[in-house]
Amino acid sequence: MSSASATRPASSRSEVLGFLTSRLRQIGIFVALIVIVLLFQVLTEGRLLTAGNVSNIIVQNSYILILAIGMVMIIIAGHIDLSVGSVAAFVGAMTGVMVQDWGLPWWLAILLGLLVGGIVGVWQGFWVAYVGIPAFIVTLAGMLLFRGLTQIVLGNTQITPFPNEYRQLGGGYLFPQLFPAATSPAEWITVGLGLLALVMFIASQLRGRMKRAKLGLETEPAWWFIVKVAFGAGLILFLTYLLGVAPGSRGTPIVLIVLGVLVVVYTAVMNRSVFGRHIYAVGGNRHAADLSGIQSRKIDFYLFVNMGVLAALAGIIFTGRLNSAGPGAGNLFELDAIAASFIGGAAVQGGVGTVVGAITGGLIMGVLNNGMSLLGVSTDYQQFIKGLVLLLAVAFDVWNKRRARG
Amino acid sequence: MSTILEMRSITKEFPGVKALQDVSITVERGHVHAICGENGAGKSTLMKVLSGVYPHGTYTGDIVFEGETMEFKDIRDSERSGIVIIHQELALSPYLSIAENIFLGNERARRGFIDWDETNAEAAKLLARVGLGDSPTTIVREIGVGKQQLVEIAKALSKDVKLLILDEPTAALNDEDSAHLLDLIRHLKQQGITSIIISHKLNEIKAIADEVTIIRDGRTIETLALATGDISEDRIIKGMVGRDLEHRYPDRSVVIGDEIFRVEDWTVHHPTDHDRTIIHGASLSVRAGEVVGIAGLMGAGRTELAMSIFGRSYGSRITGRLYMRGEEIQARTVPEAIRNGLAYATEDRKVYGLNLIEDIKRNISAAGIRKLAPRGWVDGGAEHIVADGYRTSMNIKAPSVDAITGKLSGGNQQKVVLSKWLYSDPELLILDEPTRGIDVGAKYEIYTIINSLAAQGKAVIVISSELPELLGICDRIYALSEGHITGELPIEQATPEALMVLMTKEKEADHVIG
Repeated sequence: MSSASATRPASSRSEVLGFLTSRLRQIGIFVALIVIVLLFQVLTEGRLLTAGNVSNIIVQNSYILILAIGMVMIIIAGHIDLSVGSVAAFVGAMTGVMVQDWGLPWWLAILLGLLVGGIVGVWQGFWVAYVGIPAFIVTLAGMLLFRGLTQIVLGNTQITPFPNEYRQLGGGYLFPQLFPAATSPAEWITVGLGLLALVMFIASQLRGRMKRAKLGLETEPAWWFIVKVAFGAGLILFLTYLLGVAPGSRGTPIVLIVLGVLVVVYTAVMNRSVFGRHIYAVGGNRHAADLSGIQSRKIDFYLFVNMGVLAALAGIIFTGRLNSAGPGAGNLFELDAIAASFIGGAAVQGGVGTVVGAITGGLIMGVLNNGMSLLGVSTDYQQFIKGLVLLLAVAFDVWNKRRARG
Repeated sequence: MSTILEMRSITKEFPGVKALQDVSITVERGHVHAICGENGAGKSTLMKVLSGVYPHGTYTGDIVFEGETMEFKDIRDSERSGIVIIHQELALSPYLSIAENIFLGNERARRGFIDWDETNAEAAKLLARVGLGDSPTTIVREIGVGKQQLVEIAKALSKDVKLLILDEPTAALNDEDSAHLLDLIRHLKQQGITSIIISHKLNEIKAIADEVTIIRDGRTIETLALATGDISEDRIIKGMVGRDLEHRYPDRSVVIGDEIFRVEDWTVHHPTDHDRTIIHGASLSVRAGEVVGIAGLMGAGRTELAMSIFGRSYGSRITGRLYMRGEEIQARTVPEAIRNGLAYATEDRKVYGLNLIEDIKRNISAAGIRKLAPRGWVDGGAEHIVADGYRTSMNIKAPSVDAITGKLSGGNQQKVVLSKWLYSDPELLILDEPTRGIDVGAKYEIYTIINSLAAQGKAVIVISSELPELLGICDRIYALSEGHITGELPIEQATPEALMVLMTKEKEADHVIG
């Protein structure tokens, strides 16, 4: 049986190398992130991986990462969405009007904001899926449309301030008063959450492997499984230490919990749900999907509704973090989200990509931004370098695909 | 009388296939020379060799044109010598004008700037020669297919054509346009232009050709002089199909049960040209355990018939009734068709059948995924087991069901497509060209699978261009010609000749209905 020979400890170096090259596409992106983190850690003389800075990277990039989740799904289906920055700004402005002008409670404003995002998605999904206008055009129009609506709603001023509760989603920490840094050796909530995440991660990995082994489907060598799990566990522990124990730590950003839940849920949707399968099928070959009884238009429609809701969430988080809703909010967010998806291995032709990849791609961009800022590199150079990274990442992917085919 | 073209012992090989073997053909100056053969006999390949699509060096043999041995590197090269080919799918740019299309790549220009007056004036002259009254500035998209064909010929004339090659020129044309085109070919002949015409329509060939060369299985069979008038259509048909039927087909014991599926009075119109009827009131039925063939030449409407039945994936203004086990069913969408027990395996598996960048198991589960996901969440382990079951039973040659489908051979890809449809658990399987592009060994395996499906009591419809294949595996064969079912033969009475007569038969009723 093939699995028996594959799970045997690697006997030679070439076998290990062969396996790693076969997984190059999946692990390349993680290796790239690690290399970039280490590079800036050295260049900034240790300022990158401090408690405060890591917390900053997470909060600063959270809205891009949330957008990237929806964006990679749309790209997998073979579309694109250029409107997400404008939609985020529009929803931020709408919630501002709701809490300030209409006097709605913060939680209702957030719920209605998500609903507005959903309605925006229905609008764009209708044009793409049922009228058949290319998503590029529909969302280019949406980009102008919702930017315009934002300015109309705001009347070219800013709405500020927002209620304290509203702002927690973007900038708040989980129960900051419970374990004050002055008296407590560690922020125990964060430590608890970190350990919980650790146990759940190891348990789910083990369960998956045991199930595959029972069915005789395991193809992954044991050494690789151990490396993978140890790496993931190490990452969780390190993050827990930085956020909860290290000097200057402020605990768990609320947005990190939101992000974590979204990543887990959407990864499951893409890998295991019928809906997720249909997205890959439609992106891989729309004709074949249609002739297999998959209603590709319905898939397209719901993808845009989903993107609208996620863009709304990103807008609410961003507004809360800045404590203001402005007419220029969310500018160029769409391009960051698209870049994150492609750096994370999504294919321009559709059919290929993962949520985890897009998140990693987004983090690469985020760490680059942050690291260069710490080094005092001016923003013009930052743009230049980010552009280069995007190009090289996709070039690597193309090369890798050609290599695999040849 | 002199010879304008001689192709001597042309042999062209593709990896694994000999498309042409020792083919020779001689064309007299000022004649219309027809080339006849079944689908896949090698006619188009021969013309691609002649026109330089397959450059010198990729084939063996000699091309002698006007007494000189030619070594064409590409199409431009052959056009310079006066050989112009007009392909089955017209190569016009739809949003450019007639004049722009005529001089495309051959612009009337001075120092890089186009002289529009000269372009349009010359185009008008050429249009007059082909008998097309439209203005040269008309956008090509706005004229019908028949006129577009004339624009192609005008384009050829602009290149000082000596030898005009027409590949199935009337396949997409109605009778009136076809008649006009044939007149034009005769007219060009009087002007000294030699033509080679590839056609399935024997009546047309008889009407205009001086000679006909028959090609079968990549070899020249014979050249008949038609001008004398004593060559019958039967004689040509015999040449086209008369191959040795030594192909091996697996034996099967036929147990035919009750009727499973029936189509009545099925009429389908073109998806965009709503007035053009593609299928005219077709009726057919299939019983349990029966393998029913649909024979028809290219353009007869075989795939269109199948796809329109399968959830109206083709056509517009569809009328007619479908019955499953005697009860009328609706199949307005593909999901509805699948729910009602229909399955359709496409003739073009790469474009319409498979997600080539995805692995085997996800392709197999694509149509029946809900069986693996009762609450919307796919059971990955069960999916793997199901797919692995098909890998074993269908003998899909791949290391595991995690292998990418695009890397499999044609035969194995086809087995993946069949697995997908078997897993959707249909009562009727429509298999469109199930062995196209598959090597002989894999073909035998596909036939065995078809037999076992019938043995399980499924109803099977097989569409094929290869008559021996239909004769080898079917219990009953319908013939389709220009959208009409022109006959039905039980296997005992079916011969290649009898089928070819039905497949080339023209319905007089066509004019009344259409």
